[in-house]
Amino acid sequence: MAGAAISLHDVTKRFGQTVAVDGLNLAVEAGTCVGLLGPNGAGKTTTMRLLTAQAIADSGELEVLGYRLPEESKQVRAAVGVVPQRDNLDLELTPRENLETFARLYRVNRKERREAVERALVLAGLTERADASVYALSGGMRRRLLVARGLVHRPSIALLDEPTVGLDPQVRQQLWSLIDELRAEGVTVLMSTHYIEEAERLADTVAIMHRGRVVARGEPTALIREHAGLEVLEVYGSPAHLDEAERFAAEAGHPTRRTGIGLAILHAETGNGLPTGERRSSKLEDAFIVLTGDGPS
Amino acid sequence: MVENAQLAPAADAVTPADVRLARGDRVKNRLEFTAVRAVMARDIFVFMHSWRSTTFSAIVEPIAFLLAFGLGIGALISRVRGIHYIQFVGTGVVATTVVFSSAFPAMFSTFVKRKFQQIYEAVLATPVNVDELVTGEVLWISIRASVYSLAPVAVAVAFGLRPGWGVVLVPLIAFLTGIGLASFGVTISAMARTIGNFNYIISGLLTPLVLLAGTYFPVDTLPRWAFYLDELNPLYQCVALVRHAVFGLQLYHDLGHVAGLVFFAIVMWRVAIWRLRPQLID
Repeated sequence: MAGAAISLHDVTKRFGQTVAVDGLNLAVEAGTCVGLLGPNGAGKTTTMRLLTAQAIADSGELEVLGYRLPEESKQVRAAVGVVPQRDNLDLELTPRENLETFARLYRVNRKERREAVERALVLAGLTERADASVYALSGGMRRRLLVARGLVHRPSIALLDEPTVGLDPQVRQQLWSLIDELRAEGVTVLMSTHYIEEAERLADTVAIMHRGRVVARGEPTALIREHAGLEVLEVYGSPAHLDEAERFAAEAGHPTRRTGIGLAILHAETGNGLPTGERRSSKLEDAFIVLTGDGPS
Repeated sequence: MVENAQLAPAADAVTPADVRLARGDRVKNRLEFTAVRAVMARDIFVFMHSWRSTTFSAIVEPIAFLLAFGLGIGALISRVRGIHYIQFVGTGVVATTVVFSSAFPAMFSTFVKRKFQQIYEAVLATPVNVDELVTGEVLWISIRASVYSLAPVAVAVAFGLRPGWGVVLVPLIAFLTGIGLASFGVTISAMARTIGNFNYIISGLLTPLVLLAGTYFPVDTLPRWAFYLDELNPLYQCVALVRHAVFGLQLYHDLGHVAGLVFFAIVMWRVAIWRLRPQLID
């Protein structure tokens, strides 16, 4: 894992009897965007919190930019920008004051602070609402402010925990553009999400988490090819017909998954004599469900 | 939305070694005043929006006590220990003001910021640790309490109090008491499951401490055991010091009172950090 901006080696974190992170191994190379994809409860948020020492691992080794956690956690947090899943903006302050506060907390020099705040306001698209109350901002504006707050000190690593959760498609697209820009500028991005499309669209590599472990990792296209094949055959019909098709596919060695009213047979490009159905290209969602045994949340 | 925004370092600039030089090495693991100051700066921003209501609640209630007791009981008892009763109460109510402006906000506001607004979660994602967070919160609350402590003294002056030069020490005494009480408030906030739990502390502990601080009557009128027990009451130490500061210092006794308040402040500050840490760090 030499040269990795972030590395976790055999990391375990328990909450009572629950094992949230279970022997996790993960390395994130500098300048790349890694998507942590997993269903709710997979350990994504705990992993993010471990990287800022807001949760302390029971065992294992964690390093960020060469600093060991939790011993050098303040140094890590100085270089990392965090965008939390939950909106925890200071509602009593204006956007400008929120950014000013965090520029101070992140130790931005007094001389550079005003410029950093102005840049962050531009980033959030809130220059004209800079002195309004945060209460008066829409959900999308608040989310953008939250992202800008985590980047006000120009971090070299951005930890984005479910950055677009609960947002409408338009705002989601705006945030995707922002994350694209971060990648283009060389910022290392570790982003947790349970939106498969988001991981597929933004991440150089995707790590699929399930029950506290990374169960697969690679480029989205490689993961799809390896775990779902090139094509999926979707079969529709009566429950009895689907049961029969499922049995047939299993005997032929094809993984399957139920899709509500239908059955998806994976690796369909290699099959001979498969039931009649609609063929389509495999998606990351197919690989995700094979690996986690769970639908996206 | 993001046009022309250049927040991140250039791609070729980002290597672990460069970042270590640029950012991390500025930060030390020990308690840093820079971080404490940044926490206080946030509080000051909030105060600038809410100073009217904050100041009103911190000052008006103690002054209402002062006027009610001073004028009401004062009509029946003209002097206590040679001091006009309203001046006796005016100097004693400083301790009540400190309680209202330190222990109460420390309990309520830190609970809300931790549980509901999750502000502390956001702050602890920056290079600030729990020690610095608690220290910043406690210092800011104590500074406010020290300023508010002058209000009852000013009212007493309006009713004829002619304080000695030692009156300039009153804000310092209030500040020192405020550190202990604000830390106590943070501790209770960290231990409480709901805001309703504070009722037990306010009614069962803080109100008796205020009443037994010597604010409204001299504590040497209490039974002997209660009088000695009151030595453990930081509000009694505060009231005694304030009266001595206003009417004439008693060096030997006052050093003892200061030592008691310093001890209370340091112990409660460490206890507050100890109790809050597990609520914020998993």
